[in-house]
Amino acid sequence: MAKVVKNVVCTFCGSLCDDLEIHIENDNITAVKKGCALSRTKYLNAREEVVPLVEGKEASFSAALEAAVEILAHARHLLVYGLSSTCSEAQAAAVALAETLGASIDSTSSVCHGPGTLAKQLVGIPTCTLGEVKNRADVLVFWGCNPVEAHPRHFARYSVLAKGLKVGGRRERKVVVADVRKTATARGADLFLQLEPNGDFEVLTALRALINGKDIVGEGAGGLTRAQLEECSRLLKEASYGVFFFGMGLTMSRGTHYNVSQALALVRDLNKYTRYSVIPMRGHGNVAGSENVLAWQTGYPFAVNFSRGYPRYNPGEFTAVDLLRRGDVDAALVVAADPAATFPGRAAAVLGEIPTVVIDPHYSATAKLARVYLPSAAAGIGAAGTVYRMDMVPLPVKKLLNLPYPSDKEILDMLREGVKKCSGSREAGSTTRKMAGTGK
Amino acid sequence: MLRIKGGRVYDPKNGWNGEIRDICIKDGKIVEDLPAAEEVIDATGLVVMAGGVDIHAHIAGPKVNTGRVICPEDHRRDPVPRTARTRSGSGFTTPSTFVTGYRYAQMGYTSVFEAAMPPLEARHVHEELADTPILDKGALVLVGNNHFVLSFIREGDRERLKDYLLWVVEASGAYGLKVVNPGGGANWRRHSNVRGLDDAVIDYGVTPRQIIETLLDVNEELGLPHALHLHCNNLGQPGNLPTTLATMDLAAGRRLHITHLQFHAYGEGKKGYPLLSGAEDLAAVVNANPNITIDVGQVVFGPATTMTADAPLQYELFQKGGGDRWVNKDVELETGSGIVPITYSPKSFVGACQWLIGLELFLLIENPEQVFLTTDHPNAGPFTAYPQIIRLLMDRDYREERIAQLPKKAVEATGIKNLQRKYTLGEIAAMTRSGPARVLGLEKKGHLGVGADADVVVYRPQADYEAMFANPLYVFKEGQLVVQEGQIVAAPRGKTFVPEIRGGKDVTSWLAPQFEQFYSIALENYPVDREWFSPWEVVPCK
Repeated sequence: MAKVVKNVVCTFCGSLCDDLEIHIENDNITAVKKGCALSRTKYLNAREEVVPLVEGKEASFSAALEAAVEILAHARHLLVYGLSSTCSEAQAAAVALAETLGASIDSTSSVCHGPGTLAKQLVGIPTCTLGEVKNRADVLVFWGCNPVEAHPRHFARYSVLAKGLKVGGRRERKVVVADVRKTATARGADLFLQLEPNGDFEVLTALRALINGKDIVGEGAGGLTRAQLEECSRLLKEASYGVFFFGMGLTMSRGTHYNVSQALALVRDLNKYTRYSVIPMRGHGNVAGSENVLAWQTGYPFAVNFSRGYPRYNPGEFTAVDLLRRGDVDAALVVAADPAATFPGRAAAVLGEIPTVVIDPHYSATAKLARVYLPSAAAGIGAAGTVYRMDMVPLPVKKLLNLPYPSDKEILDMLREGVKKCSGSREAGSTTRKMAGTGK
Repeated sequence: MLRIKGGRVYDPKNGWNGEIRDICIKDGKIVEDLPAAEEVIDATGLVVMAGGVDIHAHIAGPKVNTGRVICPEDHRRDPVPRTARTRSGSGFTTPSTFVTGYRYAQMGYTSVFEAAMPPLEARHVHEELADTPILDKGALVLVGNNHFVLSFIREGDRERLKDYLLWVVEASGAYGLKVVNPGGGANWRRHSNVRGLDDAVIDYGVTPRQIIETLLDVNEELGLPHALHLHCNNLGQPGNLPTTLATMDLAAGRRLHITHLQFHAYGEGKKGYPLLSGAEDLAAVVNANPNITIDVGQVVFGPATTMTADAPLQYELFQKGGGDRWVNKDVELETGSGIVPITYSPKSFVGACQWLIGLELFLLIENPEQVFLTTDHPNAGPFTAYPQIIRLLMDRDYREERIAQLPKKAVEATGIKNLQRKYTLGEIAAMTRSGPARVLGLEKKGHLGVGADADVVVYRPQADYEAMFANPLYVFKEGQLVVQEGQIVAAPRGKTFVPEIRGGKDVTSWLAPQFEQFYSIALENYPVDREWFSPWEVVPCK
C-alpha cells in the first residue's frame, strides 16, 4: 500500500514550498523528498501519539469536547488565539465561534508581524509575489531575518539562488543583509550592515534621506559609518528590480511598527528611481491566511473584539498578550499555536490560571497548561484546505493521512454548535449566559 | 410556489413597461402560471423588477482585502452587528464579505461580477466569494498583461493563445476575460507605462492596439458568453479622450464592453480648466455602435478606496498627492494591482467634473441597454450609492439642485446644462437588469420571463427614488424571500457562473516546464477545484 504524493505543500513556514514528495506506506509517512530539514522533521513525525485531556487526565474526545463547551459557554470574555498553523477554513470557523461568543480573537501576528500590518495602515505597501522575486530581483535585501535557518529553501526556490525569467542566479543578484549579528544569511552577502541593537529606525531613516538626496547622516547612524550607508544607498538605487525582505529583527526591536513604516517608506521612495517591492518574511505556515480571513470577514486583520456584537479593532487592547496581562479575559481557546512557549512570562502564566482550551495536533507547551486539550488532525496532513504564503499567494493543502481526530475546522464547528445549544447564545451586547437546562 | 399578484412589472426584455401582471414562481424559477390556491403576495400598486445585475465591482480577492486591511478607519465608522440570521462585519467603502452580500441584496441586487481576478490568486477570490452570501457571482480574469498572452500575440500564435486562455479561464474558475491598461501593466515592471495604442510594450514587442485587437477576435472565436471587458489605457488622464475613441474604433462590430467610461472621458484642458468633458463624443460613438456597451463608474462624493489592476496608474495617482497610502502588488507573469484610498470632494474642480461627466454619459447614451450603472465600486464610490444615482437620473429637480452646489467652472467644463433627460422606471430596469444580463450572456438573469431565475424585487413607489431603490419591500432570490422591509430574512449561498468551455487543446505539456522555470508554485497546485466555488452554473457559449 505504498504511494507517493507529489507537489505537497509544506505548511511549516511562510515559504509554503509546494513541491514536496511524500512517501506513504500503511497510512504512515515514510519519506519526504525535496523538503528541508524542518519539513522532514514535521512530516516524519506527523503521527504523534496524543490523547484528549481534561484537567490533565485522559478523556474521551466527546467528554473533552463537552468540557470545552462548558468553559466557552461560561466565559464572560473569551480570548480566541492562534490560528497561524491551520488552514483558512478553520480560521473562518474560529471567527464564527468568536462572533457567537462575543469573544476577542487574535492571531500570532500580534507577537510577530503585527507591526508590519500596522505599518501598512500608515504608508501602504509596494509588494510582489515570490515568483516575481525569482524572475526579476537583481537586488535583494534581508533585514532582521535569517532565511538560511528559518526559511531554508527560500534562497533556492525564490530568491538568492533562483533562476528566473530575467535574472539567472546568484551572480546576477546583489545581496544586502542587515542584522545585529553575522547570521548564516549574512555570510554570503555582498554587503553586510551590522546594526547596533535597536538601530534599525535610525539606519532606515538615514538611508531614506540619502535616497532622497537629503543629508542628515553626519558621521553615520545606528552603528554604521557614513561610507557604509552611502554604499548601501548606491547599491539599492542600482537595482532594476529590488526586493526587501524583513523579519522579526525589524518588527520586534525597539520602535516596532515605526521601524517597519520606515522600511516601507524607503521601498516606496525607491520606486521613484526604479522598481522595488517589500515582503514580510512571515514565519508560521498560514499566519498570512489569518490576516486574510479576519479581514474579509470583519474588516480587520487581527486584535478583533466582538463583545458589542460587531467587530472592533484595537491593537494594544484586543491583542492577546495585553488581554492576558491585564486580566481582561476569563477563558482562552488556543488554536494551532503555542503561546505558552512564545509569550512573555506573565501573559503565558495567565493561560494556566484561567480555564484554557487548546486545539492542536501536538501536545504543546500550552496544551500542558490547559484545562482541556483537544487533539486535531493537522491541516495539510490529516485535513485539506487553503493556506496563504508570505506573499499572500493561496495554495491548496491535501489530506495525506487518516488521522484519528477531527480537523481544527470540524472541532471549531462542533464547539460552535455546542455553545449555541446553551440558552445564552446571547444577543449582541449581553454578557450573561446560562447553560440550557442546568438551572444555573 | 408563490404568486406575486397585480404588480406593475418593469421588464424590458419581455417588453413589459409597467404592465400589471402576476409573476409566478416555482422551484426557484419563473413559471407561466400556478394553481389558484398557492401563496400570494398582493403587489397591487407596487413596482416589480428582476434582481439587479452588477457587471463590474471589486468585491473579493487579494486587492480588495488589502484595501480592507489598510483602512481600519473606513470600517470604524460603519460597524454592522450580527443578528439571529446574519453575520456581523463592517463597511464602508470596502465592506466585509458578509456585509457586501447583505447590502447588495438589500438594494435588490442578486448578481454581481468581480471585475479583476489575478489567476495566480484566484483561489483567494473564490474563498471570499463563497463568504459573500445571497448573491450569484462570477469573476473576470485578468489577461491583458499576461506573459503568455503577450508572447503568443507577438508570435502570432492564435491557436495556442486560445488554448491557453480557455485553460486559464477554467483553471481560475473565471467567467470572462478582463483586460486592464493593456501593455501598461507589463511596462510597469520596467518602471514605465503606455500612453497610447501604439506605444511599445517593453520585452514583448507588441502594442496595446495589437493586444486589444487580438483579444477582441479571440473572445468572439471562443464564443465566451461575455463581451471582452476592457479598462482602456490612460485612465484618469486629462486628454485621454482620443485614446478612448481610438479604442472604440478597434471594436469594428465585435462585442466590446468598456468599463468605467467616465474615467476615460476627459478632453484636454485649457486655461482655467484642468480638463474638459469628452462625454458627448464618446456617447455619439456608443449610440452609433450597438456592439459597444459601457458601464459608467459614476463618482460619488465622499471616501473611496481606489483599487485596480492598473498598477502604474495608481503609482501616478499617489505621486500626484492622492492620499497618504500606496499599495502595489506585482503578480508573477500575470498582472499587478495598486490601491490608493482617496476622497472625492464636490468642492474640487476635478471631483465635480468627474461626477458631472458620469451623469452626462448616462444621459447622452440613448439606449439604456448600452449604459450600465456602476461606481466601479469602491473606486469611484461604494455600490451602496446606486439608489442615490438612480435618483439623480430620474429626478431632474434633484439633479439640478445638486449641480447648482458645484463649482461653476466644473459645470462649464461639461455639457450637463443642456441635458433634460429623466430616466423612466423601464429605463432603470434596462440599465440595471436586462442590459447587463444580456452583455454577460446570462439568459436567466435580468428578466422575469418564463424559465428565468426567480430573482424578483418588489418596490414601493415613492417620489424619492433614492428611498424607493434603497428599501425594497421584498427581495426574492431564486424564489426564496431574502429581504423584507429592508431586513435580511434569509442568507442562502449563491452560485458561481462559469462559461461553457468549447474546444481547446491540452496546454499542460508545454506549460509544465514554464511553470517549473518561471512560476513559484507547481502547475498541479494552480487550478482551483470547482468545490471551492460550489455550487456553480455553466453558462452556454455564444
